[in-house]
Amino acid sequence: MQKLISWVDERLPIVDAWNKHLAKYYAPKNFNVWYFFGSLAMLALVNQLVTGIWLTMSYNPTSEGAFASVEYIMRDVEWGWLLRYLHSTGASAFFIVVYLHMFRGLMYGSYQKPRELIWLFGMLIYLALMAEAFMGYLLPWGQMSYWGAQVIVNLFGAIPVIGDDLSLWIRGDYLISGITLNRFFALHVVALPIVLLALVVLHILALHEVGSNNPDGIEIKKNKDENGIPKDGIPFHPYYSVHDLLGVAVFFFIFFVVVFYFPEVGGLFLEKPNFEPANPLKTPEHIAPVWYFTPFYAMLRAVTLELFGLPAKFWGVVVMGGAIAILFVLPWLDRSPVRSIRYKGWLSKIALAVFAVSFVVLGYLGLVPATEGRTMVAQILTALYFLYFILMPFYTRMEKTKPVPERVTG
Amino acid sequence: MRKLIFGLFIAFLPVLGLAAGGAVSLDEFDSDHSDKASLQRGVATFTNYCMGCHSMEYARYKRVANDLEIPEALYKENLIFTGAKIGELMKNSMSKDMAADWFGAPPPDLTLETRLRGEDWVYSYLRGFYKDETRPFGVNNVVFPLVGMPHALVGLQGLCAVEPKIGAEASVEPLSGSINNADVCPEYAIEGSMTGAEFDQAMYDLTNFMSYMADPVKLERERLGIFVLIFVAIFFVFAYLLNREYWKDVH
Repeated sequence: MQKLISWVDERLPIVDAWNKHLAKYYAPKNFNVWYFFGSLAMLALVNQLVTGIWLTMSYNPTSEGAFASVEYIMRDVEWGWLLRYLHSTGASAFFIVVYLHMFRGLMYGSYQKPRELIWLFGMLIYLALMAEAFMGYLLPWGQMSYWGAQVIVNLFGAIPVIGDDLSLWIRGDYLISGITLNRFFALHVVALPIVLLALVVLHILALHEVGSNNPDGIEIKKNKDENGIPKDGIPFHPYYSVHDLLGVAVFFFIFFVVVFYFPEVGGLFLEKPNFEPANPLKTPEHIAPVWYFTPFYAMLRAVTLELFGLPAKFWGVVVMGGAIAILFVLPWLDRSPVRSIRYKGWLSKIALAVFAVSFVVLGYLGLVPATEGRTMVAQILTALYFLYFILMPFYTRMEKTKPVPERVTG
Repeated sequence: MRKLIFGLFIAFLPVLGLAAGGAVSLDEFDSDHSDKASLQRGVATFTNYCMGCHSMEYARYKRVANDLEIPEALYKENLIFTGAKIGELMKNSMSKDMAADWFGAPPPDLTLETRLRGEDWVYSYLRGFYKDETRPFGVNNVVFPLVGMPHALVGLQGLCAVEPKIGAEASVEPLSGSINNADVCPEYAIEGSMTGAEFDQAMYDLTNFMSYMADPVKLERERLGIFVLIFVAIFFVFAYLLNREYWKDVH
């Protein structure tokens, strides 16, 4: 074994890579529960890739055969039901862990200098993930697949001048059709997974270059011992590899409760109208995207204002796009001398809490049909969402921060 | 750990909001896929009364026969009317184009109906027909107003003269001891071969069968789930001990 390793190592630096990324990658020893979600996101990605490959073996990407082939997988394919529920539940689980992972970043200032690139790659992953989920959702070819895709692709039509041609170009047809299904299938199973994997590699390479942040937001590399090892750092392997197994076990427990007992989660993970094949002539009563898109959908619907002769729908798309775009510039909005919420002032704490509540409530509002009262709440919450970012340069500079300790705590 | 569970709880919060809603009140339905006798009666009713118009084209006869513990020869003799082989999909011989001419729209496939509309809805709908001369087939439905389907089970239930009381609680009259709302239909225009209670039971069986058809793997899934969860729980114990062993030297 040792001989084989050294044979390979002379030709490919595997020992070096192992040490750089695992055995001698020093991570802060004070990671808390929020630090499980990064590795769990990786687990969710692997689950999606593996189950996805097997689903592809039995899925038929045509408008005539797609719906029936999903039922074929559910009924006739050996363990097909398990593969499909792992994949459908896995999609939602992926977003849950990614949202919690991003929230961790917000809390502990993991996007601050020198980790801006990690944050940017992470945001690109989030963007690719949304595209991946959106295109994957069309594939079962149910009513909600169809009309959800119709609504979202039509959003591009709101862009002045080029809008109609742009949405036509995306669909490849005048309405969502088998042609759209084919191209979404190609993008979902080939193009976007490659992009996702490449971005994940960049995200991790950038992380391992500058080192992990921690709940105290301290740079552990400032305090090194005589061997040049951070005093507060421990090798990722074996300490965090065994530690992450705990997170994996808890995650799997909850995940499998859903997969085996509540695969639909009351219509949230698998929407009820999707048990009916797509019908271009019959619009469902209430079209709602899957839960992980609903905060942005609520923002889109919240905009009811016509401005500069452009329709409200266009401004809704602008707001929705802006809500995601503004996350990209976050590293340059935070002017606080400290990273972690633990040492920031009460203004930052309140702002983060208001932001989190706004996002969750917007998610709920995006699921339910709009009423006048709900639209008003959505408008206020959309404003609060943006204020968190727009006011950040001011409140992070104004507030009084607490002194940051030299070494990590707890 | 507590924080992790709390975090996930927060993530699942929107589920709670979704539980609310629904316009018509419906009768509650609890399916039981382990009650093979009920499922067998259900498949008999479905094949005899529904399948002429409504296919179940995503399922196969053979799977149904095996899952419901009906011998394949017996199933073939009594429950396949189209001459199909036992391994084939459960289609019917009605042409969709002609059906659209007759009814306005082709009768939908019912394989997934209980997952599409819910079991409560199907159970209530089946018992919701009543006499309405203004409609083309002379019947209407309290759960599905202006329904485009005739009352296929009129021979069993009879035809209710007034709107059936779907979603109404049964109660005992304190003075006379008689039961209010014991039967969804208080008054019949045409008598059927079944009493109200018998028809409710038949519709329970039919809905139960449809529920099974929409999710045939449910029993097996829930049985396996226990073993998977036990495995993960044991894995957690070992992971916990391993983690504790390694982290002893971190201070």
